[in-house]
Amino acid sequence: MSIEKLDAIVQKAIAALSATSVAAELEQVKAQWLGKTGEISLLMKSLGNLSPEERPKVGALINAAKQKVEDALNARREAIKAKELEAQLAKEALDVTLPGRGMGVGGLHPVTRTLARIEELFHSIGFDVADGPEIETDFYNFTALNIPENHPARAMHDTFYIDDKHVLRTHTSPVQVHYMQNHRPPLKIIASGRVYRVDSDATHSPMFHQVEGLWVDEQVSFANLKGVVQDFLQRFFERDDLRVRFRPSFFPFTEPSAEMDMSWNGGWLEIGGCGMVHPNVLKHVNIDSEKYIGFAFGLGIERLAMLRYGVNDLRLFFENDLRFLRQFN
Amino acid sequence: MKFSENWLRTYVNPALTSEALGHVLTMAGLEVEALEPVAPAFTQVVVGEVKSLAKHPDADRLNVCQVDVGAASPLQIVCGAANVRVGAKVPCALVGAALPKMAIKQAKVRGVESFGMLCSEQELGLAEASSGLLLLPSDAPVGASIRDYLALDDQLFTLKLTPNRSDCLSVTGIAREVAAVTGDALALPASAPIPPAHNASLAVDVQAPAACPLYCGRVVQGVNAQAPTPRWMVQRLERSGLRSVSVVVDITNYVLLERGQPLHAFDLAKLDGGITVRMANAGEQIKLLNDQTAILEPDMLVISDRQRAVALAGIMGGAETAVDDSTRDIFLESAFFSVDTIVGRARRLGLSTDSSHRFERGVDYAATRACLERATQLIVEICGGAAGPITEAVSALPVRSPIRLRLDRARKVLGVDLTRDDLQTLFGRLQFALETQGDDFLVTPPSYRFDLAIEEDLIEEIARLYGYDNIPATAPSGRLAILPRSDAERPAAQLRERLVTRDYQEVITYSFVEPAWELDFAGNANPVPLKNPIASHLSVMRSTLLGGLVASLRYNLSRKQERMRIFEIGRVFHAGQAGIQQPTYLAGLSYGTAQPEQWGAASRSVDFFDAKGDLEALLWPTSATFERAAHPALHPGQSARVLLDGAPIGWIGALHPKWVQQYELPQAPMVFELEMGALCAPHLPKFVEISKFQLVRRDIAVIVDENTVSSNMLSALREAAPEQVVELAIFDLYNGKGIDYGKKSIAFKILLQDTQKTMTDPEVDGVVTRLTQVLSDRFGAKLR
Repeated sequence: MSIEKLDAIVQKAIAALSATSVAAELEQVKAQWLGKTGEISLLMKSLGNLSPEERPKVGALINAAKQKVEDALNARREAIKAKELEAQLAKEALDVTLPGRGMGVGGLHPVTRTLARIEELFHSIGFDVADGPEIETDFYNFTALNIPENHPARAMHDTFYIDDKHVLRTHTSPVQVHYMQNHRPPLKIIASGRVYRVDSDATHSPMFHQVEGLWVDEQVSFANLKGVVQDFLQRFFERDDLRVRFRPSFFPFTEPSAEMDMSWNGGWLEIGGCGMVHPNVLKHVNIDSEKYIGFAFGLGIERLAMLRYGVNDLRLFFENDLRFLRQFN
Repeated sequence: MKFSENWLRTYVNPALTSEALGHVLTMAGLEVEALEPVAPAFTQVVVGEVKSLAKHPDADRLNVCQVDVGAASPLQIVCGAANVRVGAKVPCALVGAALPKMAIKQAKVRGVESFGMLCSEQELGLAEASSGLLLLPSDAPVGASIRDYLALDDQLFTLKLTPNRSDCLSVTGIAREVAAVTGDALALPASAPIPPAHNASLAVDVQAPAACPLYCGRVVQGVNAQAPTPRWMVQRLERSGLRSVSVVVDITNYVLLERGQPLHAFDLAKLDGGITVRMANAGEQIKLLNDQTAILEPDMLVISDRQRAVALAGIMGGAETAVDDSTRDIFLESAFFSVDTIVGRARRLGLSTDSSHRFERGVDYAATRACLERATQLIVEICGGAAGPITEAVSALPVRSPIRLRLDRARKVLGVDLTRDDLQTLFGRLQFALETQGDDFLVTPPSYRFDLAIEEDLIEEIARLYGYDNIPATAPSGRLAILPRSDAERPAAQLRERLVTRDYQEVITYSFVEPAWELDFAGNANPVPLKNPIASHLSVMRSTLLGGLVASLRYNLSRKQERMRIFEIGRVFHAGQAGIQQPTYLAGLSYGTAQPEQWGAASRSVDFFDAKGDLEALLWPTSATFERAAHPALHPGQSARVLLDGAPIGWIGALHPKWVQQYELPQAPMVFELEMGALCAPHLPKFVEISKFQLVRRDIAVIVDENTVSSNMLSALREAAPEQVVELAIFDLYNGKGIDYGKKSIAFKILLQDTQKTMTDPEVDGVVTRLTQVLSDRFGAKLR
């Protein structure tokens, strides 16, 4: 066995391996050269015909040749595998710019969104959330709030009546009364929800939302009321330069009372009412007005939402046009 | 309350611009709603007198006028107004004048030189429209500036007064307030009592002294009821929004505006005998000045003569005894009617008058007589006549008791370090009668303030005068306690979020609805009605949210939205024996395709099970049961009552085909409605040991009658299953080829696992056999 012949066999085997392009073909070629009856195996078997002196020498040569073929085989196998993977990947490639499948996502009504924000801000300084009925008795909506029958303030309210004793609540203030009947000070709540007034035009809706805040404790003052409301409005609008103005007003259930204005586009905008809880209101719920002082404020949620998001028409909130609602998602 | 700034400034004249004065009023609690000039700016318009007229040679409608404007020679002015005539005094804009909408130049009008323009109210910006020249009184001084002559350099204030400040329903009251706030001197018109010139009087019998604690009246004889009302008075009335009627009425109105005291003048000749102040008889009638006949109730106060009611006290006079042009003698009334007597009465009769507006808020009872004197003075001055003695009937007037104000309390409530001196100064500016006791003040409110009764009222006065702006805004300090918050209860916000992630959009619809919706969607023929709805389609309170959802669907369908998934959370209202119940409901509606239109997914309409899937996701981890039941809004074959722990909590189904048709919907929406209380019910997670042993799955597929209720089969299996069965579910349903007509194949997945050991095959087989037997026994199921 000459080295030349052996080299020729190796060259032939490598050439055959290189010519393959798929795995099955490669395995066939492997069998042809390295299989039991392959040429290199046959050479190994023919070693028996050699003399004991020659056998190790030639054996080593054949083994080296075999190794070369095996290396070539492995290299080819890797190459084919890589090529096949590449082909698979190419085949599986997607137009990733196509939209995703499945359900869409809905959204909250802007009033809910605004209210959630308000509740969260007040919650951060320890206000709890309270709730109350929307059909109220005359007592809760008026009398307990120091608005006796025939008081001119009742006329200010444009009330919807159910019957002589029941009304649709005209404000969220009755929740104060319910809450104070069941809880003792110190207390700190906000109450929100639908309120109703007989009024319907471009700037009035017969149904709208209010949020009411109440803080009753031994040491709260009008200065604190100003502090809390101003802090809230600055945080709500995320503007430290927002100014809040309080001016004297009248609500039967607060004394002193104030109207709150907010600086906006160079002018002042009325944003709600507030004041120190009237002793008569505390008296109705058996809270000692000598010991405890309270303040309360009320804000219109739609008004805040309109200013916050630039909505220009109150009626949009209740038309439920999806093209409007989706803007707040 | 509307008034002229110039008028106010005759009583108190702070060195402030109109705007600054407006700010002062607003910040004192008298909100300025409007501040507008009486006239727009214009210059060089004077009183002119037309001396002669000649037809324009080339224009029929034009006149060439010679106008005296107080200069050396008259001006030639071409004028097209139809009411121009010789001798007329009219506003004349001189050459160089700037009018609101034009500038006046020397010009040729159709070839004739014109040196100015005669003006109408419209041209001066005094009226929206006018039909000719503004004709001035014959005594208007020629050459005088029109702005001066008509006092046009004036502003109109409109105040939005709160009901507690009746004392500011007069120019005097506002002046008093301005003086208190700014510290300027107050100079009110002096009026001395008018001594009686004769003895004629009417007897006054007050039979309802509580309602009318003070009544003053006097006869004025020989009045010229046709005298012209002075121009200054007409101007002030007009600038307060009152038209001039006739001189006597104008004078009573003027005193009302000046002092806030409503007055009434009767034609003495039309009264029969003396005056009685009494409560009305039930059903008594009176024809009022506005020609309305009012039918009275026994809680209304009347002024009557010997025969009949002649005025509705404090509200309006009667037509039959009204002053007219032929009136010679009058009976003038100035009275104090108590708030409780007047309040609400006018409204009940559909009336609202300047008088009732004041009496129901409170009128200064200490000024009643002075106002009568003031009116008499004006009548005698303007209309002539001779006043008789004042008849006065007085009983128990309101008592102003001193109110104690503690310095400490004021400081505590306001959060301001006020001093004793501060309070002394502030109360001094208000001119309140006070006495000090150490750090306490005993303050007696004046007769014109009806809003001061308790310490807090005085604290508000202090705050007002101190200036709300000057009170600091300070963060409160309080106890820091963590708020309790339930871990088990599900907040509404979480339910909302869950629906939102399942593609639902929240809506908010009106709580008052169309009565038909209640009938159609809730079968409710007796909804809670509103007594005074704004419209018939918003006249009853809803007992279901479905109506609003369907209406929102329709609204959006008509705007080309073809797929909709909406929900609402809100209260509903049920009339019941125990009163009105107001639970909060959550309702959802899905319509159109199950998924948004998209590539790679077959488009199909949303169906019952899509909605049910949403509902189950909403309820998770609690699981509801569903039972077939009929609901007025729903398709009878596709509606289910939803139960949680056996208690009904709501409904789900497809909208009934008849409503689909009636509400003109192209397809049926799926809807559900649940009680929020049940959804938010507490559910605290509880740990259960996880088994380490092998999980085994076995399936049972059986054939049953088509109408066999699947949930009944599941419950039967659950009842019979030993504790090793950890999950039981339906995973396949089939009734096509290979299954007999009227039958269906249903397949159950059974997961078994023991917590103590690995289950052997025979053990598993035993369970499966037992369960198969249950299906066979209870439902006639045959293994497939």
